Amino acid sequence: MTSRIPALWQRENRVFVVMFALLVVAPFVVYPVFLMKCLCMALFACAFNLLIGYVGLLSFGHAMFLGSAGYASAHAAKVWGLPPELAILFGIAVAAALGVIVGWLAIRRQGIYFSMITLGLAQMVYFLCLRAPVTHGEDGIQGVPRGHLFGLLDLSDTAVMYGFVLGVFLIGFTIIYRVIHSPFGAVLTAIRENEVRATSLGYTTDHYKLIAFVLSAALAGLAGATKVLVFQNASLTDVHWTMSGEVVLMTLIGGLGRFSGPVVGAFVIGALEFKLRGGQITIVEGVVFVICVLVFRQGIMGTLGAALKLPL
Amino acid sequence: MSNLFAQLVLGLLNGAFYAMLSLGLAIIFGLLNVINFAHGALYMLGAFVAWGLLHYAGVGYWPALIIAPLVVGGLGMVLERWLLQRLYRLDPLYNLLLTFGVALILQGLFQLKFGSSGEPYELPQALKGVKDMGFMILPIYRGWVMIVSLVVCLATWYVTERTKLGSYLRAATENPGLVQAFGINVPRMVTVTYGLSVALAAFAGVLAAPIYGVNPAMGADLIVVVFAVVVIGGMGSIMGSIVTGFALGVIEGLTKVVYPTAANTVVFALMALVLVFRPAGLFGKAP
Repeated sequence: MTSRIPALWQRENRVFVVMFALLVVAPFVVYPVFLMKCLCMALFACAFNLLIGYVGLLSFGHAMFLGSAGYASAHAAKVWGLPPELAILFGIAVAAALGVIVGWLAIRRQGIYFSMITLGLAQMVYFLCLRAPVTHGEDGIQGVPRGHLFGLLDLSDTAVMYGFVLGVFLIGFTIIYRVIHSPFGAVLTAIRENEVRATSLGYTTDHYKLIAFVLSAALAGLAGATKVLVFQNASLTDVHWTMSGEVVLMTLIGGLGRFSGPVVGAFVIGALEFKLRGGQITIVEGVVFVICVLVFRQGIMGTLGAALKLPL
Repeated sequence: MSNLFAQLVLGLLNGAFYAMLSLGLAIIFGLLNVINFAHGALYMLGAFVAWGLLHYAGVGYWPALIIAPLVVGGLGMVLERWLLQRLYRLDPLYNLLLTFGVALILQGLFQLKFGSSGEPYELPQALKGVKDMGFMILPIYRGWVMIVSLVVCLATWYVTERTKLGSYLRAATENPGLVQAFGINVPRMVTVTYGLSVALAAFAGVLAAPIYGVNPAMGADLIVVVFAVVVIGGMGSIMGSIVTGFALGVIEGLTKVVYPTAANTVVFALMALVLVFRPAGLFGKAP
């Protein structure tokens, strides 16, 4: 029977096709800059979900990768005059290098300690960004040029920029999807389910955790670097612990360990922030946290997936 | 030289708050297996209750030192009964997220009402002024905070390590099921312990109010450092929490003298160092 269904519309591809179609049509309906922000946050949340959803590691300091990559690529594009693709690559490299150090330290402890360690190290990165001369303290790096992609495409055009951000998101999302559904991803899930057993099967779990951590950091860096090009500035907001909390919330509301969950979560939280102004956001986010944890632990895509019997 | 002593006192003062907060965190963690992210927010709430008492009801510092911990402790028990208790059977990470949400709500509410600049809290009359110690001038209030926090920390240590009640507590940390079987109401003990621990945080908040003022973000700024203190000390021992708290405060103070730029980051750098050489923490048991 399956042979009659076109390859693109097979079970596992449907989510991709629907998402792609929605995201292509969306800029004609919704403000494109808002969409680009949501796409960057969605990629960030997917990178975060790779750790919490598939390895069971709750990083409470993921903003450090988003923010440091943002600063790095902003510096590369503005001060060194690098083209956008190289600036982003530099941002990813910085985030990945930071991921190696932080991951190496944090995987020495498990569970709740892991969260506290990542939070502490992220706070250290925050203070470094506040004090270091290259990051310009409270001002951040402003007026970052978007430049020409590969010297050809002018990214200052909003439509071109949207296409670029969509491309970046899809590449990142596909990488994560492939990792999760690879033998490597199966080992990660095994570690999440029962680390002792994974060790006894002969896997050096620390290596797997570190690789997953660095991969997640690098992808968060990709999101951060792209976000900086969208808004043309790098600021302390992206390294602050509130950002680390926000990505947890996005993933939680979308569905922990559901590969499409963080995307939905990022758009929900993005819309919430768009509607609410000022001090209300913190309260509403807190309330959503409490509700999700108490009665909605499956998240939107988890609930939907169970109802529709689909692997979302 | 006087700068050195002044920073040392400031360091000890910060250390006193680290110790009081990490103590409560350690007790809660031992019994409930929960890292209480709301601890900082409840510390902030304690300070605001004291400020509110003075500002709206004209109730001064001394009664506030009793009333604020009672109010916050009561709220804590409600929180434990209604929310935390539902999640004990799940991964402890869910309770971390729940208490994080509670912290956001509390902080957000106060930010909406008071903005982010905060309010000053006037020193009580009896503790105004300074004392000349010969080698330095010590503001009396700072001396008071140091003494009272040390007394509170040691009293907590005494109660948990040397009394019958404390032995129930430690037994329930090891094996709650067995203690329950001996006829002790463990869930009630858990609720009361949670209440007492957050009351301690609120008490610290009242102590802090005249020094730092009351500010919606005061708890969030502190709790991240206290988490690092907890990682460094390890949550295994009460005395360990006290010693680590005071010691890190002093180290932070000394860093301000030697290299002020690094003062904010030194605790986190030490945390990284401890993780390299003693992953279980200075006083922790091997994982």
